[in-house]
Amino acid sequence: MQDILVVNNLVKQFRQVRAVDGVSFSLSEGICFGLLGPNGAGKTTTIEIMEGILAPDSGSILYRGRPIDDEFKKRAGIQFQNTSLPDYLTVAETIRLFQAFYPDPRPFDEIVEICSLSDILTRDNKKLSGGQRQRLLLAIAIVPQPDIVFLDEPTTGLDPQARRNFWDLIRRIQSEGATIVLTTHYMDEAHLLCDQIAIMDHGRILEIDAPQALLDRHFDGVLVRIPLHDPQSIDFPLPEGAAIRHGALELTSTRLDETVRNLLTVGLSLDGLSVHKPTLEDLFIKLTGNTLRA
Amino acid sequence: MNSFIALFRARTLEFVRDRGTFFWNMFFPMILVFGFALALSDAGTTVFTVGLIGEPPGDFDFLSIEQIEFIRYPIHDNATVESVVERVRRHELDMVIHFDSTEFYLNSESDTAPLLRRIFEDSQTRDDGPAVFHERQISGQPIRYVDWVIPGVIGMNMLFSCLFGVGFVLVRYRKNGVLKRLKATPVSAFSFVSAQAASRLSIVFVTSTVVYAGTNALLNFSMEGSYLLLAILTLLAIVCMISIGLLFASRLRSEELAGGVMNLVSFPMIIGSGVFFSLEGAPQALQTASRFLPLTHFVEGARAIMIEGAGLSGIFTNLIALAVFSLVFIAASALVFRWD
Ligand SMILES: Nc1ncnc2c1ncn2[C@@H]1O[C@H](COP(=O)(O)OP(=O)(O)OP(=O)(O)O)[C@@H](O)[C@H]1O
Ligand SMILES: [Mg+2]
Repeated sequence: MQDILVVNNLVKQFRQVRAVDGVSFSLSEGICFGLLGPNGAGKTTTIEIMEGILAPDSGSILYRGRPIDDEFKKRAGIQFQNTSLPDYLTVAETIRLFQAFYPDPRPFDEIVEICSLSDILTRDNKKLSGGQRQRLLLAIAIVPQPDIVFLDEPTTGLDPQARRNFWDLIRRIQSEGATIVLTTHYMDEAHLLCDQIAIMDHGRILEIDAPQALLDRHFDGVLVRIPLHDPQSIDFPLPEGAAIRHGALELTSTRLDETVRNLLTVGLSLDGLSVHKPTLEDLFIKLTGNTLRA
Repeated sequence: MNSFIALFRARTLEFVRDRGTFFWNMFFPMILVFGFALALSDAGTTVFTVGLIGEPPGDFDFLSIEQIEFIRYPIHDNATVESVVERVRRHELDMVIHFDSTEFYLNSESDTAPLLRRIFEDSQTRDDGPAVFHERQISGQPIRYVDWVIPGVIGMNMLFSCLFGVGFVLVRYRKNGVLKRLKATPVSAFSFVSAQAASRLSIVFVTSTVVYAGTNALLNFSMEGSYLLLAILTLLAIVCMISIGLLFASRLRSEELAGGVMNLVSFPMIIGSGVFFSLEGAPQALQTASRFLPLTHFVEGARAIMIEGAGLSGIFTNLIALAVFSLVFIAASALVFRWD
């Protein structure tokens, strides 16, 4: 598949912070690309450079082989992480306002239907709930019939039901052929939606690949977790790859029965033992050493 | 063009729906004007004021009446005579006596005219001088303080409405990310800014007209000149003030700072433009400085049209000044404007 967007060695320095520090990747047309990373990792800065909102200190963005220009603006749908909507306008008026900006906007009724806005069309922007606001912001992002959509934490603040609706919506836009770039702090969401993810920290990309490929590469086997009543009481050498974290012994195992047998021989109580298949969340923590906040 | 109309509409709706600002813009100036009219309605004194042109004869009995204040105008070329007579027309003088031409002027629309005529004619019959004074009647509505101050009040309202309605709002949009959101669309900065300006121009013009019409209905201002010319002057002045607002808004990100800067600009401008009191007696430096304030040119031009009935040539310099200021401010803000 052809690359729709090529990101080449971006660098962006704010006064004391190097927010983006040499980021490169390319997006094949039609994929859903997830940018993950702890707070302050540089996701928003990267995505805003890709949108042409921020100028990088160095590096370049090519959209279909050309630098970002007016044509790109007509074809890009954008949802910022933080943004106000024009005051004193209703939801319907806001959609129509943005429709007027694009040469070939998506029909009004279609937008309303996709984003389930029909109940709040006459409501003032200022009176929307957090989730309703997210839906309106998303509606604005799809007004241009975009062929590339940038969504910065689109599901933050949505209830579980609304998040699932949002996932359907993303798949629908993707099935129309649009390429999607999103950031999220929900790892399940990233795993479910994204064909490719990049994990960032401190302005750099740590890993980039398909979610399952990343997991296969980093984890061999399953994760075993045994809560410890008194972590100090451990008087035997830890098995290789094991660590004590948050008051529990954590280790990965390719052969569970053997692992369990070994633990029993050293005399550890296996009360509360849990086993799960490694997830993106585990990978994330392994790579960035942070827990996630939504 | 589509986006211009849509932005124009959105901004105008925002103004109309923002009730607080809407009513403030409409009613504050009206209340101010009615306040002036009430507070200063009977500033009339019991003493008559009479202007004297030329040298009176030695034993002119009329001049000994103590209840009359006399103002002498020793030089009596045509221009002086005209301007002094004009003051009778405006009720600033109750009467003028011209000794060289043996004429006296009374304003037929003044309440004091009949009484002064009686007193003057009585005193003449007591004098045995040969001169017989002829009465020259003139007429003219009195110029009340409200007539004089209305352009100032409307001009001040225009200034606030333009500075805050354009400047402040753009700064707020920049701060809360609305500008950033628009930057991510194909809308150009030019069509966005011009839609804001056009919306504000219509709003301010309509509110000014409503304020004028509303107060005029009760106070019946002096209007000697053409409404068309007044409208042209007003539109140009609004454009000029909007361009000042744009200049302030082109970069600032903090509403507090923007508010401070605008107050810093508007208050000296109001004082320096002779909105509430005339600058005639003010120090020369202040008078010179006032020529560089756009508000001066609006207030001066509007007074010339309304009170003196000035035509295009009479306010031409005011129009030119406003146009030049506008161009300078617009060019400057186009140079420094930033979305973020
Ligand atoms: N305008 C700015 N001025 C100065 N520093 C900035 C600015 N914008 C971002 N930063 C800094 O750059 C770093 C990256 O910020 P960025 O917003 O890209 O993070 P993020 O990955 O989107 O975080 P989050 O998950 O919290 O949204 C942070 O340390 C932030 O403080
Ligand atoms: Mg962010």
